[in-house]
Amino acid sequence: MAGPSSHADVAAELATRPGYKSVRATLVRWLLITVSLTFLGALLAAPLAAVFAMALEQGWSAYFSSFGDEATRASIRLTLTAAAIVVPLNTVFGITAAWCISKFEFRGKSILITLIDLPLAVSPVVSGLIYVLLFGLNGWFGAWLQEHDISIVYALPGIILATMFVTFPYVARELIPLMQQLGNDEEEAAITLGAGGWFTFFRVTLPRIRWGLIYGVILCNARAMGEFGAVSVVSGNVRNLTMTMPLQIEALYNEYNMVGAFAVASVLSLLAVATLIIKTLVEGRTGYRRR
Amino acid sequence: MKNVGQREPNVIPGFGITLGFTTFFLSAIVLLPLSALVLKTAGLDWSRFLEVIASPRALASYRLSFGASLVAACVNMVFGFALAWTLVRYEFPGRKLVDAIIDMPFALPTAVSGIALTTIFAGNGWIGQYLEPAGIHVAYTPLGITVALTLIGMPFVVRTVQPALQEVQRDLEDAAETLGAGRFYIFRRIIVPTVLPALLTGFTLAFARAVGEYGSVIFIAGNKYMETEITPLLIIFRLEEYDYAGAAALGFVMLSISFVMLLAINLLQVWGRKRLMVSR
Repeated sequence: MAGPSSHADVAAELATRPGYKSVRATLVRWLLITVSLTFLGALLAAPLAAVFAMALEQGWSAYFSSFGDEATRASIRLTLTAAAIVVPLNTVFGITAAWCISKFEFRGKSILITLIDLPLAVSPVVSGLIYVLLFGLNGWFGAWLQEHDISIVYALPGIILATMFVTFPYVARELIPLMQQLGNDEEEAAITLGAGGWFTFFRVTLPRIRWGLIYGVILCNARAMGEFGAVSVVSGNVRNLTMTMPLQIEALYNEYNMVGAFAVASVLSLLAVATLIIKTLVEGRTGYRRR
Repeated sequence: MKNVGQREPNVIPGFGITLGFTTFFLSAIVLLPLSALVLKTAGLDWSRFLEVIASPRALASYRLSFGASLVAACVNMVFGFALAWTLVRYEFPGRKLVDAIIDMPFALPTAVSGIALTTIFAGNGWIGQYLEPAGIHVAYTPLGITVALTLIGMPFVVRTVQPALQEVQRDLEDAAETLGAGRFYIFRRIIVPTVLPALLTGFTLAFARAVGEYGSVIFIAGNKYMETEITPLLIIFRLEEYDYAGAAALGFVMLSISFVMLLAINLLQVWGRKRLMVSR
């Protein structure tokens, strides 16, 4: 152990963590903190700051006028529309799946959990590809769809399906461990006392899971609005029609319209920051930490 | 846990309907489309399949995707451990903020981190302007791809190692130190064995995510032929040529890798739980 310590210090030193006060421990400590924070700064803080710096490079008026562009407006509308459909559906699914998995014991439960998490392991490009294979022009249902003049791929339904696939597990993943930890006792009490199933869910379960649910929905929403790879495969990049905000960022960036690209990016970054703030608040409220 | 011997009937309603809805929705959105990919690939004849997945261009892309993902996951293992250690063991101003910002790559759209990283590491960027004179080219090189993959994999390592580090029993460390063990010995014999399963799980999660990543990579990659083309990009190229079979074959390779990774992660977690039980 490094660092000389007087006899009077020995007792105090043993009371705290061993070696804590030694010079070497302090050095190691500050070295580790510096290294970690530098790594984080270069990798996370710098890109985030760069988004806003680039968006505001030519001042606030240029920043705001980039949202006057018709294609950008159309992409914001499309992103909002897709999220408005995907998020509620995945929320209903998440609650249903979490109820089924946390309240009951049945065979194949762990397989079901693995399958729900499956989309997280699949490459976003593959997530888009599978819908093109099903509904694209040369796909399984392609000819039939064309006959009936229905477009799924390179249109809104395809974007919705791909986004749904990618954000499928988020609400369920948030709720399953939370509800398993809370247990069944209160629900059983309510049912035994004569409450109906819906009543029990809304008055007993929902108040206890609401913060976890809120975070799951917000995260699902952030991922839905920000999905790039999967949507890029199914969208066909038709201006004003099938460009979501991330695709619009790519288009503007490739046209060297940096202010425009980073202005749209700044909106999605603010959404990400808001998501993290809500997550921190939720964890503070529930004292429950996700793994 | 209920006692299995005297198991009471579950009074909570809704088992049938929730299980039914869950399996239906899961099948419609996830399982059927994925099986379409498998079946489409199975419909290819063997030589065509091999020709697609073993073309020089595809092989170069696997090398790049795997190599960059592996390096990124290793970097994350080192720095992610340091970050987790810093957050668990030390108190410093802004610790809460740092803890919150770790999850940023989960919430930030990949296209946004892609263009932001490219801007920073370009020759005239905030970091690039100091690296380029030193002969280190990040943007539009495999190194840039590795940087992007490090970014998106980082939270996986930190978030799996953090709870494991909290589990390390401080009294064991204290006892070892009282008995005269050096700091490195304690680290090697007490801390590493406890967090090893979590560290490897985090490594595998980061690697799995990196192999399939698309959005944050394509901007900084520059996508030079045979040089900085990742495998997901080749799938996009095939689709643009309406070569669905070729795209499916490459997609099948990526999907198989995902399954192997999932299996590895599950095995690691089982191993980790077993180790924890033995040590208690």
